[in-house]
Amino acid sequence: MSATTLTATERSPRMAIATLRSLVWLLGSIAVLSPVFADEYWLNSILIPTIAMGLAGIGLNLLMGYAGLVSLGSAAFMSIGAFATYNLLLRATWLPLPLTLIAAGTITGVVGVFFGLPSLRIKGFYLAASTLGAQFFFEWLFTSFRWFSNNSLTLTISAPRLELFGLDLRSAPGRYLLVVIVTAILWLLANNIVRSRIGRDWMAIRDMDKAAAVIGIPVAGRQLLAYGISSFYTGIAGALFAFAYLGTADAHSFDLDKSFEVLFIVLIGGSASLAGNFLGAAFIVLTPIVLTRVVEWFDLATVFDNGVLVNVERMLFGVIIIVLLIREPDGLASLVERIVARWRVWPLRA
Amino acid sequence: MHYFLVILTSGLLAGIMYAMVAIGFVLIYKASGVFNFAQGSLVLFAALSFVTLTEHGLPFWAAFLVTSLMMVVAAVIIERLVLRPLVDRSPLTLFMATLGLSFVIEGLAQLLMGTDVHQLDLGIDDVPTNFLGLELSQFDLFASAVAIVLVAVLSLVFGRTRIGISLRGVADDTLAAQSIGIRLPTIWRVVWSVSGVVALVAGLLWGARQGVQFSLTMVVLKAMPVLIIGGFSSIPGAIVGGLLVGASESLADIYLGPLLAGGAVSNWFAYMLAVGFLLVRPSGLFGDRTIERV
Repeated sequence: MSATTLTATERSPRMAIATLRSLVWLLGSIAVLSPVFADEYWLNSILIPTIAMGLAGIGLNLLMGYAGLVSLGSAAFMSIGAFATYNLLLRATWLPLPLTLIAAGTITGVVGVFFGLPSLRIKGFYLAASTLGAQFFFEWLFTSFRWFSNNSLTLTISAPRLELFGLDLRSAPGRYLLVVIVTAILWLLANNIVRSRIGRDWMAIRDMDKAAAVIGIPVAGRQLLAYGISSFYTGIAGALFAFAYLGTADAHSFDLDKSFEVLFIVLIGGSASLAGNFLGAAFIVLTPIVLTRVVEWFDLATVFDNGVLVNVERMLFGVIIIVLLIREPDGLASLVERIVARWRVWPLRA
Repeated sequence: MHYFLVILTSGLLAGIMYAMVAIGFVLIYKASGVFNFAQGSLVLFAALSFVTLTEHGLPFWAAFLVTSLMMVVAAVIIERLVLRPLVDRSPLTLFMATLGLSFVIEGLAQLLMGTDVHQLDLGIDDVPTNFLGLELSQFDLFASAVAIVLVAVLSLVFGRTRIGISLRGVADDTLAAQSIGIRLPTIWRVVWSVSGVVALVAGLLWGARQGVQFSLTMVVLKAMPVLIIGGFSSIPGAIVGGLLVGASESLADIYLGPLLAGGAVSNWFAYMLAVGFLLVRPSGLFGDRTIERV
């Protein structure tokens, strides 16, 4: 009996890594191959927004979950990324798409560092004021100055071209592959950042900033870096969301509610968990779709009109946030982890 | 110069309205250290309930009493279901919880009472008349009077009564307050009830001016810069902060807006002002010096 327990719980780390690696390969190949068997609806309405919002979640999670800083302006940084990409595609036509995205992310990162400057003096949720200011400022900026949307009368932007090495990416599978590949690269990078010196410094500052300063961590620099890197991610996510998912966007596509959505993705998925962001994003994207479907199946459209659904959805999100904060402060990611851990040694108890 | 004064007064009057909302935040922050993001949805909920009741024929005072009672019940429910399970968690967690709470309350309010814009008539003229050379309406004067009365009553209640002194005890040192027998859940219920009633008053004033509708919750986001400037833990600070934000906003709209391609500069100006204040005076004008610095 005890022998079974031992073999069940004490797997060698090498085996664990091997399992993990095969899992990553499996997920990766599913992700890349899914255009073959997923139809356009799945790609357009579920997979692309989930992955793009998940990437935005990674951006905020780096800041909130790892560095312990607050932002209520994620959507503003998404809009900066989107507008920067648009203008680069339009005005710097010689720049290939990957470089355009990196440049747009860098621009967003610089702006993020600027709005992170108050973190040098204050901490906690007071920082929310600065990022909330960013939220309203950029909505105003992108609607007041027509230059950003190339003097378009409707103030909307849509990608003038979306191609990689001569390949047109405007079809649904093309946009999907763009989103998946960019996100995969950035996810891998985030994974490494979090395990590197920088990530460990962030977590030390998050857990106890004074102790972190005492052991020689440059607190101010690391916090600004957190704002920069987080905004880099959020900016690229915004560009993907605008051009691969929405197609046509304007400043109001990235309003305060979108910021809250990103915040909820982090909370639902689990703070300080990278994979959790995609769980959270899937939840945010799927909930409205599932609710609409349920109403269709049970033929309740006469009872519940659209307005009711919107409000039910709002309440549902609120309740889930509160319940998660109380019951599962580490989000869905830790729930899944626990279930997997229990399942692996089943029928024994973990 | 006269024009400047007119703009300034209209800004100051808007600032009084901001301050009314901010007071609700201060009460809860003082008692429990929570930045209550749901205050805005409470304002909406209270105003919507009130309007719905009066539209069903209830007289003003009956509707006011019933709505106040509803806010007390809401406070008890919130304390039991949200605050108590989250006791001793970080301020950030509590902030997120109130964010979730605001979604629940907004959804519930609109689910039960609809999303239509309701007109609310308090029976007070809102037509600007000449008053000491400035354009003021009766409603403006009324709103200012209400704000003054509210602050006076609140400072009497919290300065002189047993419950108010217990509240200040909790704010000063929660552990010490508990050890001498002050019941924390009771204090929270009282404070949330009081700020619920403050939300009702604010909701009525704002609702009478711009109609009772969802955008009432947006007004509350402005309370954040107000609180940062005034200090999170001071009711007079909330008033001064509100006046400063209101005045600087309307001045910025008139004088700064045209320089910057026009448009409503006031959407973001208050936040930038608040950030400036944070950099110079992190605890606000009247706040306790407790904000942690890095």
